Amino acid sequence: MTELFFYIFSFISILTALLVVFSKNPIHSVLYLIVTFFTIAGQYILMNAQFLAIVHLIVYAGAVMVLFLFVLMLLNLNENAEPKKDLILKIVSIISSGLLFLTLTAALKDAETSQPSIATNENLGLVKNLGNVLFKEYVVPFELSSILFLSSMVGAVMLGKKEQTTNN
Amino acid sequence: MKIAIDHYIILSTILFCIGVLGVLIRRNAIILLMCIELMLNSVNLLLTAFSTYYGDASGQLFVFFIMVVAAAEVAVGLAILVMIYRNTKSIDINFLKNLKG
Repeated sequence: MTELFFYIFSFISILTALLVVFSKNPIHSVLYLIVTFFTIAGQYILMNAQFLAIVHLIVYAGAVMVLFLFVLMLLNLNENAEPKKDLILKIVSIISSGLLFLTLTAALKDAETSQPSIATNENLGLVKNLGNVLFKEYVVPFELSSILFLSSMVGAVMLGKKEQTTNN
Repeated sequence: MKIAIDHYIILSTILFCIGVLGVLIRRNAIILLMCIELMLNSVNLLLTAFSTYYGDASGQLFVFFIMVVAAAEVAVGLAILVMIYRNTKSIDINFLKNLKG
């Protein structure tokens, strides 16, 4: 059953990821990317990483993609806004990304992958266990990330602010 | 936990390469940001798979921190995009080659 769900989720995520890249309308790309994120959350649930699945849904599908949609609608771009790239550039980019894929698979094929450890803790991805580890071993990065958020918020507000027209 | 870890590796590689392809092939800056999100997510998926199979919770916390950084990055990136659009009336990344330091 788990394998069936894994293959279904993988198929949908690869298909929608391709559609993100190749769809003409940016709004459609955002919607397809949301579907991709939902399937990735499904993969997290299959791995019993429930905390990550919920956080992934809240952060990506809930916040980041809504931000993308807001900006797209704010800028009011239509399908003709994006000029066409040269055919040769397209061919070169497809070939180079395909070569990257080949290289990565060739490198990862020989990697020593051990079988799933027998003593796998079933509660590994639950909130209680992760919270214990987070606040025992990773307190300093956690606090630093709050400073990062504060500075990024200040930066976004500063950048998004209307400039004084007297400057130019 | 019946799926071999190789399958997760292959899936993440495919998703990462699709993200790279999108960055190379599109000129819309918003779609470039979305493809970067796609790449980050493929790496997150692989980290989670390794962490679950190895039985160590640190990997999942790294994924959590990556999500934090990605959210901050998107906020700043989209603010920069809106500013570029306000100045050039376009989000074509080819306009950015006129930048002078």
